[in-house]
Amino acid sequence: MAVATRIAFGKELTELAKTKDFLVCNADTKACALENFGEHYPDRSFSIGIAEQNLMGVAAGLASCGNKVFASTFAVFTSMRACEQVRQFICYPNLNVTVVGTHVGLQVGGDGATHAAIEDVAIMRSMPNMTIVQPADERAARAMARFAADFTDPLYVRLHRNPSADIYGPGYRFEPGRAQTVLSSGSRAAIVSSGILLNKALEAARLLESQGIGVKVIDVSTLKPLDDEAIVQAARETGAIVTVEDHSIIGGLGSAVAEVLGERCPTKMKRVGIRDRFASSGDPERLYAEHSMTSADIAAAVKELIGRR
Amino acid sequence: MSASERERDIAALEQMAQRLRRDVVGMIAAAGSGHPGGSLSAAEIVTALYFDILENLDPNDPQKPERDRFVLSKGHCCPILYAALCRRGYFGEEHLSKLRQYGSILQGHPDMNKTPGVDISSGSLGNGLSVGLGMALSGRYRRLGYRVYVLLGDGELQEGMVWEAAMCAAHHRARNLIAIVDCNNLQINGTVDEIMRVEPLPDKFRAFGWKVLEAPGNEMEAVLAALDEAKALEGPVVLLAKTTKGKGVSFMENIAAWHGLAPDKAQTAQALAELRG
Repeated sequence: MAVATRIAFGKELTELAKTKDFLVCNADTKACALENFGEHYPDRSFSIGIAEQNLMGVAAGLASCGNKVFASTFAVFTSMRACEQVRQFICYPNLNVTVVGTHVGLQVGGDGATHAAIEDVAIMRSMPNMTIVQPADERAARAMARFAADFTDPLYVRLHRNPSADIYGPGYRFEPGRAQTVLSSGSRAAIVSSGILLNKALEAARLLESQGIGVKVIDVSTLKPLDDEAIVQAARETGAIVTVEDHSIIGGLGSAVAEVLGERCPTKMKRVGIRDRFASSGDPERLYAEHSMTSADIAAAVKELIGRR
Repeated sequence: MSASERERDIAALEQMAQRLRRDVVGMIAAAGSGHPGGSLSAAEIVTALYFDILENLDPNDPQKPERDRFVLSKGHCCPILYAALCRRGYFGEEHLSKLRQYGSILQGHPDMNKTPGVDISSGSLGNGLSVGLGMALSGRYRRLGYRVYVLLGDGELQEGMVWEAAMCAAHHRARNLIAIVDCNNLQINGTVDEIMRVEPLPDKFRAFGWKVLEAPGNEMEAVLAALDEAKALEGPVVLLAKTTKGKGVSFMENIAAWHGLAPDKAQTAQALAELRG
């Protein structure tokens, strides 16, 4: 049964709270189930109300006293409404706050452009001291919650609103800072993805395989620091990289991969993602089609890149 | 026995405030830039805090968990904080002349990871009350009896986030949180009243659920008495301290231009002479 990564993350953290000492700050959103944390742990949960800047400031103050703190709300607010507080009071002093940003990309659907964060990775990635992770499914989200609970520096966790298909089996282990090859049917190209669209990347790879084109699919679950070595190795092995992200192609995974390859291993590339425009309301699958981000679009991008029709 | 129960040597504290003022002028003159006006207006407040009011401070153990916290929300006025920390024994006076220089522990705005005794990095206005509230809530959660003091400027109250924090502090009954507003009625481009009126502050803070005290902020005895009273109340409490920007240096007093200007050689000599007198 598919579960949204935001819910999986929040539920796992609530479980972890039995044994791990951390605090939770919420800004009155139904973001990731952590809004219910106070029912279980009233003295470790702080309701800040609809005031995201204060949310980050209070989280920083709590963290400055040696606490591990989770601050959660929609990603448009964590990365933009409270952008400066995250920079000045979490990243600059290097405090132990995990910023949880939910409702990202076109997958947000009906809420539309105002609530669909398509810039958050670009913003968070540019801040020194910040680490960024994004799970592709429920199992990965739970693993990242365990990782986050023990992490001691600024961390941004990027979570999707709607359920995502199960990708990983019980043997999954989250290795911070390491990209993971999820599928390898050949070396004609590498599809590099992260988060919810990893599933579409896998569908595209299967489609390509059925057409005799073998590719690799790589899950960049840690967006920062990027696993440069894995990216360079994939580029060397395939000579063709397609990035796939539910985010603007400006500043996100595609940009990060292009930066590494531009310096270390110039390689043909295509970036599948939101092409410098805002989202709109609608069924996510309809939106992915409109933005050329379906599995068929990804497969087409690979074929175009490797010059085969 | 707390400092307030001891017999106070008011004259010595007043002298210390003047000494910190001389440090401020010397530091900013040496740096060639900085913010003298708001540093000088806060001299009695910061002196009262670091040499009397704050409890469980230990310069040899700046991170002591049970210490009272101080948040300089108006972070550009860090020269007065650095002077206090130096004279309180957190670091040697050789650092004072290195303010704002490359490699210095004394950054242009406070950095908790570079300066011993700085409880939180600051400088972007309007944020300190939120951070101080977080510290206060942590004290309650960890059952440590400390208080948190946050010093804000009156111009800074134009930032909306201050009022988010004010609302939140009352909501969470942060009884160990004390805000002090350095009401010098000047900001960089003019008077607070001209740029963006913030009064009536007592009514605003009361409406947000705070207890309000008022005192002349450049009179040591009055500042101490007000802070004693603030400690005795259940917070959140705000002390509105009426001050003079540039206090103690005749040509800087009440002149907006001295918000962020370094004195030249002759001005420095005159300022130091006045502060010695």
